[in-house]
Amino acid sequence: MLNAAPPLLHVDGLKKHFPIKKGLLTKTVGHVFAVDGVDLFIRPGETLGLVGESGCGKSTVGRCILRLYDPTQGRICFQGNDVAAIQGRDLIRFRTQVQMVFQDPYASLNPRMRVREIVGEAIRVHKLHPGRSWREQTAHLLREVGLSPDQMDRYAHEFSGGQRQRIGVARALAMQPKLIVADEPVSALDVSIQAQVLNLLDRLKERFELSYLVIAHDLGVVEHISDRIGVMYLGRIMETASDRDLYQKPLHPYTQALLSAVPKAEAGQRRKRRALLQGDVPSPINPPPGCRFHTRCPEAQSECRNIHPAMIEITPGHQVACHKYAEGGKDCP
Amino acid sequence: MNSSKILEITELTTCFDTPEGLVRAVDGVSLVIESGRTLGVLGESGCGKSVTALSVMGLLPKPQGRISSGSIYFQGKDLVRKSPRTLRALRGSEMAMIFQEPMTSLNPVYTVGEQIAEAFTIHEHLPKKLGLQKARETLFQVGIPSPEQRIHEYPHQLSGGMRQRIMIAMAMACRPKLLIADEPSTALDVTIQAQILDLMLNLQEETGMSIMMITHDLGVVAEMSDHLAVMYAGKVVECAPVDVIFNAPGHPYTLGLMRSIPRPGRKFSSGKQALAEIPGIVPGLIDPPPGCLFAPRCDRAFERCRLEMPPLFNLKDQSGSSHGVRCWLAESMAQQPATQGGRT
Amino acid sequence: MQTGVLETTRQPRALTRPSRIRRLWTKICRLRMGILGGLILLGLLAAALLANWLAPHGPFEQDIMSRLQPPAWMPGGSSEHLLGTDGVGRDLFSRIIHGSRISLAVGLSAVILQVLIGVILGLAAGYYRGWVDSSISFMVNVMLGFPFILLAMSLVAVLGPSLQNIIIALGLTGWPIFTRVTRVEVLKLRDMEFVLAARSLAFSTLRIMSKHILPNILPSILVLATVEVARAIIRESLLSFLGLGIQPPTPSWGAMLAEGRDYMLMQWWLAAFPGLAIFLSALGINLLGDGLRDLIDPHLRKD
Repeated sequence: MLNAAPPLLHVDGLKKHFPIKKGLLTKTVGHVFAVDGVDLFIRPGETLGLVGESGCGKSTVGRCILRLYDPTQGRICFQGNDVAAIQGRDLIRFRTQVQMVFQDPYASLNPRMRVREIVGEAIRVHKLHPGRSWREQTAHLLREVGLSPDQMDRYAHEFSGGQRQRIGVARALAMQPKLIVADEPVSALDVSIQAQVLNLLDRLKERFELSYLVIAHDLGVVEHISDRIGVMYLGRIMETASDRDLYQKPLHPYTQALLSAVPKAEAGQRRKRRALLQGDVPSPINPPPGCRFHTRCPEAQSECRNIHPAMIEITPGHQVACHKYAEGGKDCP
Repeated sequence: MNSSKILEITELTTCFDTPEGLVRAVDGVSLVIESGRTLGVLGESGCGKSVTALSVMGLLPKPQGRISSGSIYFQGKDLVRKSPRTLRALRGSEMAMIFQEPMTSLNPVYTVGEQIAEAFTIHEHLPKKLGLQKARETLFQVGIPSPEQRIHEYPHQLSGGMRQRIMIAMAMACRPKLLIADEPSTALDVTIQAQILDLMLNLQEETGMSIMMITHDLGVVAEMSDHLAVMYAGKVVECAPVDVIFNAPGHPYTLGLMRSIPRPGRKFSSGKQALAEIPGIVPGLIDPPPGCLFAPRCDRAFERCRLEMPPLFNLKDQSGSSHGVRCWLAESMAQQPATQGGRT
Repeated sequence: MQTGVLETTRQPRALTRPSRIRRLWTKICRLRMGILGGLILLGLLAAALLANWLAPHGPFEQDIMSRLQPPAWMPGGSSEHLLGTDGVGRDLFSRIIHGSRISLAVGLSAVILQVLIGVILGLAAGYYRGWVDSSISFMVNVMLGFPFILLAMSLVAVLGPSLQNIIIALGLTGWPIFTRVTRVEVLKLRDMEFVLAARSLAFSTLRIMSKHILPNILPSILVLATVEVARAIIRESLLSFLGLGIQPPTPSWGAMLAEGRDYMLMQWWLAAFPGLAIFLSALGINLLGDGLRDLIDPHLRKD
């Protein structure tokens, strides 16, 4: 897994705080600390999975990378250039290289457009693929995602959820991106359809030499599709590791709890108790000091309540932000 | 054994009038739940699992939905033939239901205390003050910290997991014999889902109630239920004790579901490979073709599957439990004698 | 119990499916009030376009010998003047038919102006939010809080009473409702994933607003616009009634109502028929608007 290539995307100290406004003069009364210091990188051809519970900020990370949100702080380097604050033509050029696949196959397609417009609009507007008519190119893309070009003149609502998600993927591919951010790409789909879309994403990755950032709450999905995984909690990354390490040697108490909470679809699981964590995720408006997880952590110590643990590398490529593993700590491996 | 059946659904067919025509959302479904046990009903959207539950509760949307045939025996009484009034009296006291989205199931203008107390004042005719006292106890029972404060809060002030606990508290208020849970943990995060599922298991142990657990999540049924009924396009396609199905799924659809789900750790035991996908789309119920409704998506379908709807064959395995499979492939393996439906 | 088989095989029964004609009929029944409204509006349009042929007399044609004649069916009325004549002997029926031109012209032009101003401001407020939204919303609230009649009166006072100025006055006072509706719809849409997708496809703001957002709010705007046409017609009548609108002798329903006021006790028809014309056209357009709403409402619509 040691890939020496320079990262395609490198995010450094990313923060996104949403102001909470109130009253007639829209005074800012506080902030939602949605993303509060996230570092990550994606190598060419790699799939990074970002997993976490709702409100952990994983979707915000994705939207900041696409510059759908302007980051409050931090650097987003794409192919070595900082894109965190670019505007105008630079932003347009950047966006042809990074695309997004959205969660909701119903809300993500314009209900008043035909499939050919949804997929082909970008090709026409940005004059991509010169020498080939946009209709041809659209038909080609639809075939790539497993749809028939005959269906080009239909409206999105005439398709099922899985087919709509395929249309969304074709729309992203139209821009010939290098990186695709997939935000919960299958969570809104029926169980029997999820595998189809996951396999499609896998196939397209090879075919178009893509890299993925896959954001999901479902550990099974993330682990299946990713090469490396980052576990997020309340705006911060708690642990990053290769898929195998994360599954076989989870280090952070939160990762361990998350893995054990997933009900296993196999025989002999009847009436097993799984809840290791009590209580709810605290509000990102008032995140706890120190380690974000200490309010629910079964192993929290006094330093966890005060000092934010730094990310430390335990084995190559396996990093964790937990005092338990800090040097001199009692559990130091 | 018959005495311990709390719910026995036989050949239930529920229809809906839609602008596109008549839809048979539930089509000849037979299920059995024994007291103190849990029946998992597994299926994808539109398979009829929720409509089955609403039929039992007498909560079908009127006037579009109606039970057109079949019987639902609950504690020996046929609910299909009971008046809406009788059903209303049963709901809440003898049987209760919780839903996927606890926010829309709670009334936003009343405090949670008032809403739980209402169950006591209506069904047990307690004075309001005593009802509130009972509400506090119930909240404590479902593991809500500082119930003294919580009963004065409004639903929007609570988290999703907390709201689902409140829903469970309301459902449990009058100690129902049967709890129908329609995707109770789907909208929740995994760590919260684990809490809610644990809570339901604990409450079941304490009260001895039966649970009908409706979900699309194979993991949830594996963990929660004793028996499992798999539904597809309005029909039960497989039913058996849960371990029997997980060890040896009999229907190609069940097998396909199990193979298609990415599970943590799986790719390290069997190597990274593409997930086995079930091709095609979930069918609509308008103008269903003859034959098995899964046939168009089934890689093992043959001539007969496309012409004739298979009955529920009974495979009998070593342990002696009945294992119903609605597939022509199971015909040769079918054993006798048979009992009806998904026995729990 | 049976052996081996848990349930006898049953062929799926053919499910009933309403025929095409039947479905069309149910649709017509549901929309019958809207269709009635459409017919009324159609009649109004016909009257306005064909006034020169439909009206038996010219709108300014005076016949002083037969002044203040009652409608034809009353004692003293003549078939020459169907709805009677006014104080200077002009044919009331002809004047009402010609008056429909003014009403429609004012109603349609004023609403077009309102939509233009209102929708553009609403788009800007909803899409850009922040201070743009605050200032536009503030303006809307001020406008909606201001008594319409005062505002329109001052505008007409400044501009002078004429057909064109009435349209401007109505247009400049009626837009806030469109801004409000547009803004709310845009706020809903702008965070929808398909708009985010359009942004990530690097489309210009203009393109996103016109091709992705606007088509999705047009139905609501259309429904509101029909209702607003009715309101503009009433408001024009009101201004004309107060003498601030269309000036005599031009036949405007409001002005005719005002003239008829002096004869209210004895010659009631002079006020009653222009009033009825205002009422009927407003009712018809409102019914049509309701019908459109039903047609467009996604809960009722079948795609």
